[in-house]
Amino acid sequence: MSSKFADWTKGEQGIVYQCCGACSKAQYFRRSFCTICGAPDPVQKSASGAGTVYATSLVCRAATPETRAHVPYNIVLVDTPEGFRMMAHGDSNLTIGDRVTARYQPFAGRLVPYFTKAK
Amino acid sequence: MQLYIKARRFAAPRNDGDLGIRTAMSFITGVGLTSYGKHEGSSSLDLMSKAAAMAIADAGLKRTDIDGVLCGYSTVAPHIMLATVFAEHFGIRPSYAHAVQVGGATGLAMTMLAHHLVEVGVAGHVLVVSGENRLTGQSRDASIQALAQVGHPDYEVPLGPTIPAYYGLVASRYMHEYGVTQEDLAEFAVLMRAHACSHPGAQFHEPITVADVMASKPVAMPLKLLDCCPVSDGGAAFVVSRERTGETGILVRGCAQAHTHQHVTAAPRLSELGAEISIAKAKAASGVAISDVRYAAVYDSFTITLAMLLEDLGLARRGEAAGRVRSGYFNRDGEMPLNTHGGLLSYGHCGVGGAMAHLVETHLQMTGRAGDRQVRDASIALLHGDGGVLSSHVSMFLERVR
Repeated sequence: MSSKFADWTKGEQGIVYQCCGACSKAQYFRRSFCTICGAPDPVQKSASGAGTVYATSLVCRAATPETRAHVPYNIVLVDTPEGFRMMAHGDSNLTIGDRVTARYQPFAGRLVPYFTKAK
Repeated sequence: MQLYIKARRFAAPRNDGDLGIRTAMSFITGVGLTSYGKHEGSSSLDLMSKAAAMAIADAGLKRTDIDGVLCGYSTVAPHIMLATVFAEHFGIRPSYAHAVQVGGATGLAMTMLAHHLVEVGVAGHVLVVSGENRLTGQSRDASIQALAQVGHPDYEVPLGPTIPAYYGLVASRYMHEYGVTQEDLAEFAVLMRAHACSHPGAQFHEPITVADVMASKPVAMPLKLLDCCPVSDGGAAFVVSRERTGETGILVRGCAQAHTHQHVTAAPRLSELGAEISIAKAKAASGVAISDVRYAAVYDSFTITLAMLLEDLGLARRGEAAGRVRSGYFNRDGEMPLNTHGGLLSYGHCGVGGAMAHLVETHLQMTGRAGDRQVRDASIALLHGDGGVLSSHVSMFLERVR
């Protein structure tokens, strides 16, 4: 299931999702099948990095030394125009409904998607 | 309507009937609960054993009467066969035993399973038990870190979320959609603390105000320290039996589950979460309506959890649960007494045992043994548990029969 697209879960600057060849449903968590219709081998795609903030939580109490160095950090859920929801980091001033775009920032020893307000 | 008639028959004295078919029932016949807080030097097995012995004695049974064991898990002492480890430690040889894992919903999920096991005759007396030295057996960071692993290992955990952050996300959305404020959420913490103040076994006994909650340290906004349940040591147990063992029977009228997702990223819309599904199925299975309920025991890992679940279950309209707290509706002497022991928020949360304390308190209320905390009428109770991030739900109705 290797991807030809840059994928933040592998330390690269990009967001990969899957799209079912049979029913066209988008899904974010990698699998070898579509969770809606069960068809095998969903197509890997690269997301635009655009989205709308669905929910936010500013973490002020972290549990590990690596993450504690970053507090406070804002965890966000973002709905993408491609049709999936993802968790990421974002500016602390983001509010629900904000239109955002992704960049990538180091966090606890790796790169993570980080959303800021779209220009 | 047919379901209602069938369910009502369960409450009548049982007989073999014309067809020789026994109408199967199950009763919660005994309960046991330790204090929650620090139990320095006690292991998970010690706390489980203590609660189990209390529950068996409360049921008027001997330990050799127990032929089924269901137990939860311990994050401090994980084991692939905890039920048999416990049975050996406790000194019993059950004919049916295993652990169950549904996060915070485990206690009620075990009760539901025990209910069905005794209904079909697999066992006569099932011991449901859990206990954990979660507070003194590990560091608080270790506990927070272990629990955060319910997140997705590739798509969530690398972002450094914590359990409060998962619920903080849900809270931010719920507040946005239904106009709920942080002050509204604080009301639930204040209520649970007020209830805990009258229970000697509770972890916290100092009254708090909305201002105290608002001024408490930010954890994962909008949730602050006093919006979050503590980490505790403690144990809880009950016995589920085919026959009642005392004059008053606490009958399992009906129960149901719903599981919609595991990870918050994959959760459905707020209006499609599992509590509404499980309560609808439990109502159908039991023939009980919300208007019949006299006592409520609802999962309260965070203030937002309690606020949302009360509204999902139909105990308040959308966005109106906090108003009902302010008007005293959920007080001990209110129309719908709620978690009179103080809930997870103030009695304490030792893992699986945490929500089992809700059932123990419900049993004491239903059997008129709650002392200073006794409510007027707890003849029919609604219990609801939640595991994960509003992922797994169990709804259950109990009825007192004489």
